[in-house]
Amino acid sequence: MHENNTNIPTVDVSALQGSSASTGSLDDEAIALQVKDLDFYYGSSKALKNINMVIPQKRVTAFIGPSGCGKSTLLRCFNRMNDLIDDIHIDGEILLQGQNIYDKAINVASLRRRVGMVFQKPNPFPKSVFENVAYGLRIQGMNDRRRLAEVVEKSLKDAALWDEVKDRLDDNALGLSGGQQQRLVIARAIAIEPEVLLLDEPASALDPISTLKLEELIYELKSSYTIIIVTHNMQQAARVSDYCTFLLLGELIEMANTNTLFTNPQQKQTEDYITGRYG
Amino acid sequence: MNDTTLPHHISQQFDADLEEVRNNVLAMGGLVEQQLADALTALTENDVRLGESVVTNDYKVNALEVTIDEECNRILALRQPTAIDLRLIVAIIKTITDLERIGDEAEKIGHLAVQLAYQGSNDKFSALAHLGEHARKMVHEALDAFARLDVEQAIHVVKEDLKTDREYEAISRQLITFMMEDPRSISRFLNVMWAARSLERIGDHARNICEYIIYLVKGKDVRHTSLEQMEQTARNPH
Repeated sequence: MHENNTNIPTVDVSALQGSSASTGSLDDEAIALQVKDLDFYYGSSKALKNINMVIPQKRVTAFIGPSGCGKSTLLRCFNRMNDLIDDIHIDGEILLQGQNIYDKAINVASLRRRVGMVFQKPNPFPKSVFENVAYGLRIQGMNDRRRLAEVVEKSLKDAALWDEVKDRLDDNALGLSGGQQQRLVIARAIAIEPEVLLLDEPASALDPISTLKLEELIYELKSSYTIIIVTHNMQQAARVSDYCTFLLLGELIEMANTNTLFTNPQQKQTEDYITGRYG
Repeated sequence: MNDTTLPHHISQQFDADLEEVRNNVLAMGGLVEQQLADALTALTENDVRLGESVVTNDYKVNALEVTIDEECNRILALRQPTAIDLRLIVAIIKTITDLERIGDEAEKIGHLAVQLAYQGSNDKFSALAHLGEHARKMVHEALDAFARLDVEQAIHVVKEDLKTDREYEAISRQLITFMMEDPRSISRFLNVMWAARSLERIGDHARNICEYIIYLVKGKDVRHTSLEQMEQTARNPH
C-alpha cells in the first residue's frame, strides 16, 4: 500500500556543500578579541611565545594542549587575571573591540565586567542562591528588589538552572550539587551581561551527566556571548567548540575550525596530540 | 598527513587494535584476490569444480566483512579516534564494503564459469581473459596501495579503471556482433557478457578503494571529482 501523505524530507543538493556552520572559516567571522605579538613571562621563564590570533564573536573557541602549554595563562590574559600574580611581564597587545586591554587607561574592574570568568572548581559565595546571582548587580549599585528578581530569574534560566532551584532561592548555594554550583557561577557571571565568557576547565570537577548539561548550556550561551574554553578533555573541545586552538610549550601551533582540526589537522604536532601519540 | 610512519600511541592497546583491524582488511583483500583469481581460472579453463568452490567460499569473505565491521564499531565506541586514526577507521569501513562486493562479483563469475563450461566452450574468451587479468591486477594494486598508504599507486589504479571501462565496451560491442551472427548462441554469449560486466564492476570497486586511500592519507574526499582534480588534491602537500 502506498501512503502518499507521508512527509519525506526534501534535500536541496545545491546547498549541501559548505552550508554548515561547522565548515566555517575564521576569515568570515566577526572578531571579538585580537591577540597581537603576545609574550608572557613568569619571572624569567617565557610562558607564551609570540601569540597572534583572533577570537571570533559569539562562537565557542577552545584551547587544547598538554599541561603547562600555556592555555590557562593565555585565557587569564583576556581579563587580566594574571595581574594578580607577582613577577609577571607581558609584551604585545590584546584588543577587545579594537581597544588594547593592557592600555594604562583601562579600568581593570570594568574590563572584568566585560570579560567574565568561570573556574575549574565551582566557587559560589557562602550566601543564598539568589544573592550569589544578584551579587554582581548589587556591587554595580542595583538595589531595586523587583528588577534584581527579574535579572536573577533570567540568568538562572539562561544557565539552565532555574527549574532546579526556583523553590530554594533562599537556601545556601553551598548546598547545591557540584554541577548545579558550576551552573550557578555561570549564572552569576552572565547576570552582569559580559561580552566574553572565559571558562577554565569548567567541567573537570563534574560527573558525566552534569558535564553534558554544562556543554548543552555552552551551546545555548554562544548565541549571546563570545566563549573561550580551556579543557583537558579533547572530546569535550570537539563537542562544544566552533574553533579550536592547539598550544604546545607556549606556542600556538594551529588554530582551525574544530571539524577540520579533529579530522584533518595540518600540523604534525596537532595530529600527534589529538590522536594520543604525544609524549 | 603524508607521513605514514606515525609514532606509536601512548596507549599500546590502541595501536594493537588498529594493527589488528588493518591486518584483517589485508587478509580479507588477499582472500578476495584469491577468489577472483580462481574464478578467472575457472572461466578460462572451463574448470567446473574450481568455479563451484568460488561460489561456496564466498561466505568466508562475508564473515570477514562482519568481523571487521564489529572491530571498527568497537574502536569507534571505545577509543573515539581522531584525525588519521578516524580516517583509517572510516576508510576501512568503506573499503570492506567494496571488497565484499568484489567477492560477490567473483562469486557470480564462478557461477557463470560453471554454466559456460556446461554450455560448451570455444576460444571467444581471450578478450575476457585480458579484462579479467586487468581487473585482478587493479584489485592487487589497490590492496598494495592500502597496505603502503601509497597515494601515487592509488591514482594509477584510478587511471587503470578508465581502461577497463573501455575494454568492457569493446567486449560488449564484439559480443553483440557474435550474437547477430549466431542467434543460437545468444544465451551463452549473454553469460560471457555478464562475466565481462562483473569484471568491469570489480574495476569500479578497486577504484573506490583507491579513493578511500587518498582520503585516508590526504584527508580530502576525491569521490566524484575529475581525474585532474584528484591528482591535484593527492599531490598537494595540503
